[in-house]
Amino acid sequence: MVAASDTKELQVRIGSLTLRNPVMTASGTFGYGREFSNLVNLHRLGGIVVKGISLLPRPGNPPPRIVETACGMLNAIGLENVGVERFITEKMSFLKGLDTPVIVNILGDSVEEYGEIAHRLDGVEGISGLEVNISCPNVKKGGVAFGTVPEMAATVTGAVRQATRLPIIIKLSPNVTDIVLMARAVEEAGADGISLINTLIGMAIDTKTRKPRLANVIGGLSGPAIKPVALRMVWQVASAVSIPVIGIGGITTVDDAMEFLLAGATAIQVGTANFYEPSAPEQIIQGMKEYLHQQGEHCIRDIIGTLQTGI
Amino acid sequence: MVEFQEKCRVASIDQMASDVYRLTVHAPLIAAAAHPGQFVMVRVADRYDPLLRRPFSIHQQSSGGTLGLLFKTIGKGTNILAAVTVGDSLDLIGPLGRGFDLERERPVCIIGGGMGIAPLCFLARQLLLSDRQPEMDHVLLGARNREELSPLVDDFIDLGYPVQTATDDGSMGQHGYIPDLLDAVLPAVSRVYTCGPHPMMKIIVEKCRQADVSCQVSLETHMACGLGACLGCTVPGADGKYVHVCRQGPVFYGGEVAW
Repeated sequence: MVAASDTKELQVRIGSLTLRNPVMTASGTFGYGREFSNLVNLHRLGGIVVKGISLLPRPGNPPPRIVETACGMLNAIGLENVGVERFITEKMSFLKGLDTPVIVNILGDSVEEYGEIAHRLDGVEGISGLEVNISCPNVKKGGVAFGTVPEMAATVTGAVRQATRLPIIIKLSPNVTDIVLMARAVEEAGADGISLINTLIGMAIDTKTRKPRLANVIGGLSGPAIKPVALRMVWQVASAVSIPVIGIGGITTVDDAMEFLLAGATAIQVGTANFYEPSAPEQIIQGMKEYLHQQGEHCIRDIIGTLQTGI
Repeated sequence: MVEFQEKCRVASIDQMASDVYRLTVHAPLIAAAAHPGQFVMVRVADRYDPLLRRPFSIHQQSSGGTLGLLFKTIGKGTNILAAVTVGDSLDLIGPLGRGFDLERERPVCIIGGGMGIAPLCFLARQLLLSDRQPEMDHVLLGARNREELSPLVDDFIDLGYPVQTATDDGSMGQHGYIPDLLDAVLPAVSRVYTCGPHPMMKIIVEKCRQADVSCQVSLETHMACGLGACLGCTVPGADGKYVHVCRQGPVFYGGEVAW
């Protein structure tokens, strides 16, 4: 259990949270960390964002839940998770032993549920921050996703803010008309950071059987296919808010990661790539050091938002 | 459970039938840890389309550090894999999942259908390690036709197992389905191991339940990671809850899953 001896050249901050490097693993693609412990040196990562947790356990959707598409995949897992109590008793014992910040992704059906989970996790040893998934439907408001209405997104952010002293990151849904409106709303409501993008809603059909390839019919598209969309949204949001932005969407290589940092992201999350290349986060961390050297820079913070848009 | 990520050199690729291939790779870490019924996740090419690794059950394993995989070309991933040449490098993660429980009870009956025969070859070899007399056991193998079935039958005969066969077109063994052959042998066996098409395994599990014979099945599903993270490989369990094929399986006792 030797902590990575990164120098401070890659260090970044999200609110009060210091990361040894900007490379985290995205929620839903890295389990509860332990699943990858034989393949990945967890102590080298900038942070681990664990599988989304709800107040009560959720069984998830019927299969088939995933389908591969061109340069991407669709998933309709249905937020299967062990619930907050079992998460604390069964999963935290491993996670709290890590010398890597653990960020817990939380989700709910109602504003109150978000607040309750945040309150329950406040003060639990080993948790460094919360990431709030607001792409879930608001059951009390006819199932409209929290993350598609600025007022609802702000209300959830405020409820979580009230319930915890932990840094909170709001994870935005890209399935909106104006991502900047959403970002500004959660910034004003007290978010310490914004992560984006969650998956883009899509579908795929088996033409032989004329059936949808997912039992849920529609699902979230992830992987390299969504990277240009994610990069555009990160650039728009980073240009509009003053809190740190965490870029997510199809990141596999250090070049992908640097695109997001140049567009204004302070940190990035590796998602679907964990499935097909578990070494991707470590390769990106190593590659960032080489990139700094090649660019003649001393510190990753000097790269953030330095996109040259003029001619 | 310990798994490894290994860059593996292709040692051989043999076309067994028009669309069936046997691939052998050097994977010393994975081979040394492998247990029958476990699988590997193979990255067929260093590119984004196809994006995901493909799961393959371990078909053969040698103390020399090689792994054999058996596959049929059914899509993008397997077509790329069929085109590899000796010396190419492939990235594998494994061994993954829960394999077969190997008990000393005998005689056993091994039942394979189509590509489901793949993991049973490794199983059959491993069963011999515990002073077993293969001639007392039963092996029932089925496939579409002789071309597909014949080379796989040879593997079991070489190990000393008596083999009964069935083909969809009647070109080898009985014309019909493998479960039909089970009735005659079931009263004499203490344990059944099976892998094959879902409808075949469903019938076998039911026959074993009625005869009160322990039956282990190896399931196949789509999966993105093989590590228990994507939660994409669920099937309904017997208790109404979902089970994950990658970690809780791919081998289950027949009574653990809902059929």
